[in-house]
Amino acid sequence: MGEFIMNNGLILAIESSCDETAAAIIRNGHEIVSNVVASQIESHKRFGGVVPEIASRHHVEQITMVIEEALAQANLKPVDLDAVAVTEGPGLVGALLIGINAAKAFAFANNLPIVGVHHIAGHIYANALVQPMEFPLLALVVSGGHTELVYMKEHGSFEVIGETRDDAAGEAYDKVARVLNLPYPGGPHIDRLAHEEGEAVPFPRVWLEEDSYDFSFSGLKSAVINYKHNMDQRGEAISPAAVAKGFQESVIEVLTAKTLRAAREYQVKQVIAAGGVAANKGLRISLETVFEEEGIPFFVPPLKLCTDNAAMIGAAAMPMFEAGIRGNLMMNGRPGMELKSWV
Amino acid sequence: MIWLGIETANTPLSVAIVRDGKVVAELVQNIKLTHSAGAMPAIEEVLARAGLKAGDLDVIAVSEGPGSYTGVRIGVTLAKTLAWTLQIPLVGVSSLKALAANATLYNGLICPIFDARRDNVYTAVYQGVTLEALVEDHHAHIADLLERLRALDAPILFVGTDVGLFWDNIVEELGDNAFRAPFSLDLPRATEVIRVGTKVELPSVEATHHFVPQYKRIAEAEANWLKEQKEKEHE
Ligand SMILES: Nc1ncnc2c1ncn2[C@@H]1O[C@H](COP(=O)(O)OP(=O)(O)OP(=O)(O)O)[C@@H](O)[C@H]1O
Ligand SMILES: [Mg+2]
Repeated sequence: MGEFIMNNGLILAIESSCDETAAAIIRNGHEIVSNVVASQIESHKRFGGVVPEIASRHHVEQITMVIEEALAQANLKPVDLDAVAVTEGPGLVGALLIGINAAKAFAFANNLPIVGVHHIAGHIYANALVQPMEFPLLALVVSGGHTELVYMKEHGSFEVIGETRDDAAGEAYDKVARVLNLPYPGGPHIDRLAHEEGEAVPFPRVWLEEDSYDFSFSGLKSAVINYKHNMDQRGEAISPAAVAKGFQESVIEVLTAKTLRAAREYQVKQVIAAGGVAANKGLRISLETVFEEEGIPFFVPPLKLCTDNAAMIGAAAMPMFEAGIRGNLMMNGRPGMELKSWV
Repeated sequence: MIWLGIETANTPLSVAIVRDGKVVAELVQNIKLTHSAGAMPAIEEVLARAGLKAGDLDVIAVSEGPGSYTGVRIGVTLAKTLAWTLQIPLVGVSSLKALAANATLYNGLICPIFDARRDNVYTAVYQGVTLEALVEDHHAHIADLLERLRALDAPILFVGTDVGLFWDNIVEELGDNAFRAPFSLDLPRATEVIRVGTKVELPSVEATHHFVPQYKRIAEAEANWLKEQKEKEHE
């Protein structure tokens, strides 16, 4: 399949692991030439969450249009490209398969090599689109399905030093939002409410063992549910803003403290945040503040690059491509794919 | 005219090349290899055997369903992407009609069947030779299908690897009117997908973007949601 050399440094990247059909063209691993995202959120809203079968149906409807749009916005033709990158996992298997099969067909027809990318490596590499990554590096990955602290010694080296033992941060946000009758996805709504004036309802912080970098958010979620239940029983109205504020304070305090402790212990040169919850205003401010005091450069991608997109997949694919990693036409979706180092 | 045919709507996989009305190569298999892993390599293989490159193709015919949701989508995604990037027309063909086409010389009623689990099937009734649909492609409980077929009061030829799952039931309901195709006609074939495809007018290249599978069934979550909406209206 194709020549394995880079001519123009151009990668077409495709992402379809959840509810966004996305394609992007990235030059030299860091320059966004085009970045197209067709979101299905509106369609899933009525179900209160992403329905896998519906997601797959939308992906197949959108996929060629999204790829064409990415090429059109970049004013490029398939012959200009050097490689195709696609999210191989983790994610919803039926959803992954659309991006993967489109990528394989496109790569085959245009005689291009293909690279399968880990979705979380993609979220982390979204940062490479903003400024060069400096190693050793610590990444706080906070998304709908993941909450992890990842230590990177160099490009392509991933050590998960802590992860959630139950709910992911984004999942907790969405569940608490449902308790507060906020629309799906709830994260941005809670974030907005948390910034309104007023008191916060105090909720517990879950630290786990003293030296652990793991997280747990299900207890916090239960505390919110219990609080609402007790207030309902007493016939008292809750203040959604006060609940949102208290919940968000708890999440941010734990995320910030553990990230700071890890950054110190691992003596990293850079700290980055990634994933949909990294769009959270409170979290951004908290991390920026502590790392400025600490004197460690901290970065978080712009909102558009925090939630699912294909640009981040193209950014992660570039160092993989350079390391000689190639997929083939047998590539399959890997819903439970582990984040493994490629160096 | 060089046609590529793709059929992945159910467990069997078939890919074929037809050139100027002659079969050049066809791959037909019925093994439990996922289509995601198997379909694209199969396309590469038949093209290679035919001594062709992707760029030599003039038109693609794909089995558009019904069948396994994921299976249908894999074939359609491959076909859509190939057709769009090669800028050639894409023709969709009913998976049931293509299966019925295996028995095209049978001058009577043909009933293709794909298992849809929980005693449900995807099915239709086609007139042999003309392949005219007498009962359109649909999703049905096997009992409802058999009741409908009994009312036709005519000999019916059943085709498909899944017929065996229901055969006792079929014979019980239809008795002497039930006929079963020889096993060699049970697998869907990409050459038949192409042959059926040649009978329709070629769509424009621009139409490819809007090509969607024919599931013949709304997603379960959507069905439940619609039911809830109706219940709310009644309240
Ligand atoms: N401002 C915000 N504050 C808190 N959470 C947010 C904010 N914006 C988005 N989120 C949350 O981010 C999540 C979506 O992020 P993302 O798209 O990265 O997750 P995903 O792709 O579904 O999961 P994963 O990447 O782990 O597979 C949702 O849970 C959403 O509520
Ligand atoms: Mg994500």
